[in-house]
Amino acid sequence: MARIQLRDLCGARSGDKGDISDLSLFADDEAAYEALLSEVTADKVKAHFGELVDGDVERYEARNVLALKFVMHGALGGGAPRSLRSDNLGKTHGATLLRMWVDVPDDVAANAKRRERPPLP
Amino acid sequence: MTVRLGGGQGFYGDGHRPVDDLLAAGVDYLVCEALAELTLAILQKDRQRDESLGYARDLPLYLQQVMPYVLDGRTRFITNAGGINPVAAGRAVVGAARSLGVSGVRVATVVGDDVRSRALELGLPEDALFASAYLGARPIVEALDAGAQVVITGRVADASLFLAPLVHEFGWAWDDFDSLAAGVVVGHLLECSGQVTGGNYSGRWWENPDPTRIAFPIASVEPDGSAVISKPPGTGGMVTFDTVREQLLYEVHDPAHYFSPDVVADFTSVTLDDLGDDRVRVSGTRAATPPSTDTYKGLVCMPAGYAGEARLAYSWPDAEAKARAALAFLRKRAEENGVPVEEWREEYFGVSAFGGSTADNGDCEPPEVIGRLAWRTADRESAGRVVGEVGVLGLSGPPTISSTGRGRGDGRPSQLLAVDPFYVDKKLVDDQVRVEVEEV
Repeated sequence: MARIQLRDLCGARSGDKGDISDLSLFADDEAAYEALLSEVTADKVKAHFGELVDGDVERYEARNVLALKFVMHGALGGGAPRSLRSDNLGKTHGATLLRMWVDVPDDVAANAKRRERPPLP
Repeated sequence: MTVRLGGGQGFYGDGHRPVDDLLAAGVDYLVCEALAELTLAILQKDRQRDESLGYARDLPLYLQQVMPYVLDGRTRFITNAGGINPVAAGRAVVGAARSLGVSGVRVATVVGDDVRSRALELGLPEDALFASAYLGARPIVEALDAGAQVVITGRVADASLFLAPLVHEFGWAWDDFDSLAAGVVVGHLLECSGQVTGGNYSGRWWENPDPTRIAFPIASVEPDGSAVISKPPGTGGMVTFDTVREQLLYEVHDPAHYFSPDVVADFTSVTLDDLGDDRVRVSGTRAATPPSTDTYKGLVCMPAGYAGEARLAYSWPDAEAKARAALAFLRKRAEENGVPVEEWREEYFGVSAFGGSTADNGDCEPPEVIGRLAWRTADRESAGRVVGEVGVLGLSGPPTISSTGRGRGDGRPSQLLAVDPFYVDKKLVDDQVRVEVEEV
């Protein structure tokens, strides 16, 4: 097994509905998807977000596009027009989850496709 | 027969130039989605100031762009820019069309999403600032069937704006749920404009070709509901398996049960095939079981007090400690002044403003930190009193204070609004929905 940060392993996009933050992770192949399935559980995501998420976290699977969906309740300070947060739309939550470290099979870590960094303009 | 839909807008304030590219590339329908949840609250503030407002005010500009194509019979225009005042929006459209010297164009206005006057009956607060149900595609189909070339609505569900022309063109039955679901998927992919064509892409976003000209999307839809997502030639951005799947799941909650007013779609049934050259095929969509519900979702808005905020920047060394001391200063002064603050929020840009406790900067000391203090009070005057102490920090606070640039962050109070979902029997709403067609 190898330890890897989700940033190197998958993509993410997040958004809002009311006080719910809605976040997806995208794997690049079946093996990476299986690793995400076993490592990135709803409980771990809830623990990872700590004080950022007051309510429950639910996880859904979308194997057709190698994605996991996390629905986080009580995650936006009462919803966009009511919230005191800068990120009142949860747009950064995907990135926040990419900060998580996970243990994956060696070949999954070796094949991680997202290690490249953008050049500074 | 293939029907080409253009996703011309993803929010109130979106770009106009990509719309010209869609029109030039040729679309049968230009569909503009103007209403995020937050937008309704913004429009409500407009309407509070002026009863004739409450719709997206850049609507006449879209009309100006699309009108030559409408007059040529090449393109029809559908938008929910009517916001919480579609009647006023309809009037503005008719006025704009007349001022463009246009005649012979049929403009339809869809009303009936507003259920504020029935608050008591629906168990909603009677002093709601707005209460709107998400209508489906049906009234738009009715308008198109009546020959409308321009359709203005209020709160119609985003994807339903796109589903409507497909139902109109292909004659899908309202219980042909798999086809309706396919239309909802197409609509969902297009409703956020540039977000399916490279915008907000979390992969190699820096490899977006021509990134200042990210295209808006086109869906070429077949009678069986399958579609190819593409973009106009010569534009920036990209359409790939990756950009399309990121949008497919955007804000959908349970992907196997995506609730729209017209159908419950199963997004896990969708197959995406990357055809290359900025073309992705979407097929296989099915409805969920059961495929529909008896209720519409709605949003109800209530006042929720006032907010103010201050932003203070500090330089290395010890920037975070300085910013924390400055925010503590403001909180203590508000307390001593007896300002009734109901909620505080502290954020430290450069340290943890977004990541909270997940952010781990190790031993790396940030070169600068912006402390942001936000607060909520019941009344506007109290919200303004907190910020009165900010100036004192200039000479009597921690060292190396800086502003964060001109404008904004000046602590001027703004109203907070609580926008909450509710569910209402479809029949109750359908009975009050009207489609009004006017020939300019």
